[in-house]
Amino acid sequence: MNRWLDPATAPPFPMAASAALEDAQLRKNVRHATDVIQAKRARVVGELPEWQQLREAGRAIREHTMFYLATYLEQFEQNCARAGGIVHWARDAEEARRIVVQLVAEAEQRHCAEALASGKAEPPAAEVIKIKSMTTEEIQLNRALEEAGVRAYETDLAELILQLGGDPPSHIVVPALHKNRQQVREIFRRTMNLPELGETPEDLAEAARLFLRERFLRVKTGISGANFLIAETGGVAIVESEGNGRMCLTLPETLITIAGIDKVVPRFADLEVLLQLLPRSATGERMNPYNSLWTGIHADDGPREFHVVLLDNGRTSVLKDEKGRQTLHCIRCGACQNACPVYRQTGGHSYGSVYAGPIGAILTPQLMQMRHGESLPYASSLCGACYEVCPVKINIPEVLIHLRSRIVQRKNAGMRAMSNPEGLAMSAMGAVFRSERRFRAAQRLARLGQLPLVSKDGAGEGWISWLPAPLAGWTAVRDLKQIPKQSFREWWLQRSKKEVSNEKH
Amino acid sequence: MRVSLFIACYNDMMFPETGRAVVRVLERLGHTVDFPLGQTCCGQMHYNTGYQAEAVPLLERFVAQFRDAEAVVVPSSSCVAMMREHYPLMAGELAAKEPKHSALAREVESLLPRVWEFSEFITQKLGIEDVGATFPHRVTYHASCHGLRSLGLGEGPMKLLKAVKGIDLVPLAGLEQCCGFGGTFAIKNAAVSSAMLSEKTTAILNTRAEVCTACDNSCLMHLQGALHRQRTGVRTLHLAEILACRAGETQ
Repeated sequence: MNRWLDPATAPPFPMAASAALEDAQLRKNVRHATDVIQAKRARVVGELPEWQQLREAGRAIREHTMFYLATYLEQFEQNCARAGGIVHWARDAEEARRIVVQLVAEAEQRHCAEALASGKAEPPAAEVIKIKSMTTEEIQLNRALEEAGVRAYETDLAELILQLGGDPPSHIVVPALHKNRQQVREIFRRTMNLPELGETPEDLAEAARLFLRERFLRVKTGISGANFLIAETGGVAIVESEGNGRMCLTLPETLITIAGIDKVVPRFADLEVLLQLLPRSATGERMNPYNSLWTGIHADDGPREFHVVLLDNGRTSVLKDEKGRQTLHCIRCGACQNACPVYRQTGGHSYGSVYAGPIGAILTPQLMQMRHGESLPYASSLCGACYEVCPVKINIPEVLIHLRSRIVQRKNAGMRAMSNPEGLAMSAMGAVFRSERRFRAAQRLARLGQLPLVSKDGAGEGWISWLPAPLAGWTAVRDLKQIPKQSFREWWLQRSKKEVSNEKH
Repeated sequence: MRVSLFIACYNDMMFPETGRAVVRVLERLGHTVDFPLGQTCCGQMHYNTGYQAEAVPLLERFVAQFRDAEAVVVPSSSCVAMMREHYPLMAGELAAKEPKHSALAREVESLLPRVWEFSEFITQKLGIEDVGATFPHRVTYHASCHGLRSLGLGEGPMKLLKAVKGIDLVPLAGLEQCCGFGGTFAIKNAAVSSAMLSEKTTAILNTRAEVCTACDNSCLMHLQGALHRQRTGVRTLHLAEILACRAGETQ
């Protein structure tokens, strides 16, 4: 597996999924993990009789924010600057990478000069500690840092496992969900040089702790993501389970936070709603073990320099689409991934993007401005489980259907319609359904047309066990019952005639 | 009551026995059934696959066929979900573009409260649970996603089944999990659909039921396809077909 998930080069979903389905271990891991998280979520959501009102409040906050996004972003910038932070704006991934690499280089120079001035023998190395950020995965920041000669250490346990194992994330909250404990032990044994490492959770946590603590104390630049940006105060909020995030946010001298522009909320008080919805939906906890909120810099505590990089990277183009816009309401809880029966079978990598599952199926193609990820809106049976669990009520099935229509519109534009067999079939069926006469003729035709394919089973019933492409996928594992000799409407007409003749006699 | 039957295009051709069963049950309960012959398809396949313009004439056709109906009964929860979730949106968008369509939007609004999914019509509109059926077999019920989430059928179908004489009703594990049909999904993502299907058929076989029933023949066609391929001997029957069975009759 490639370390980077890039929608621009990823194979189409059905192809990637077929490969994933062959991986029995992966499927077992994903089924187990999503079952466990879903059960926990159901339990803590069930505790709140006002859950539906909370969801509605969350939806309203997010909708309002997106409507006035520009206002709140400017407000955030002003208030963050007032508290001593420095805000940068990045139009796309490339610009964001450039800004961060530059900021890291400047921080390193500063840290070196300080080390020199204080008479330390060895200047600090070019390295950063990172706390889980899907946004930095989205922009492939670690690769850019590496190219600039900077070593990045992931400190979220799951992200560390992936980094050491050379594997991309497969879930937005539990990125190493596709790995089980034995697999994690193998990665640690190999990369941390611990041949005797045991496999209890305590063994693994201790190994990671020793590996990370040393880096927490040494590295002087931290890079983080953000769960929320608070416009009213200019503050940033991060929730996490391990405390490693808290280390990254407080120990370094320079902190750089990267956040999509969709992460802003208007008021501090909005967290009352969102911090109830998020942990319950994400990890099935009433509250996250670590909730870090910080605003700017403070003379005697925490980082002495604080930067926020606000990333667009396609988000304003999502905002333009009235029906697709609600995608940006997402607060990255991953509940839709856990609930999705498709994700359950394939895991996250098949989606070819750091944003997997139902939310990825609508977010990725939109962030790519529909140039890539076109197979993703079809990676759903539209069962609605995602919508049911979404804490801010994003109607994912509705957006999936909308994106399908955008894809079809483009495929059908101009002369290209003639080379789209699905489009031709859909037009033909549309014509059939627009006329009762044609509908009856089509029924008769189908009944005749099936005959060469029908064979009788032991009970004397006719079944079809083979169909040509593109329907071959159906008969790979399923039979199809023969179309009966009499349609319902034929029966109805026959019955009506009998009734009429009975009345006459 | 005069009940107008919207059979659904695929039921008309592939599952006529479901339509016949609906007619039997409704007539047995003392209602008159009519079947407007101009009906074809609700437009769901076109709409959900992204061909929404093709679905508009089908919406108009449905309204034209059923505008004066006292009650419309549909033995397919996904078609009813299509109508309730998308018809108002479609008509609203048409009206926003061209004011001449505002009449259509009003008609949709007036018609939809009269449209019922089959089990919903019996339990909610008629307020009946026991329809006088006898079906001495072991049965499990599959809740289709549209019935479960879009229509919120809840316990309705189970109440109808529980009232059937002689039935041995066994719950299906993972009831809320999709069977993997999803219309064109089963074709476009055949491998993933098969994996979902296999979990569902395993759950069905674990119940040791002779029959799996549902309010949607689309799911049942999918399940039946695999149950037959694997020679499990498990049959699928639409809920209406079980409710139509009376003592002494074979099914």
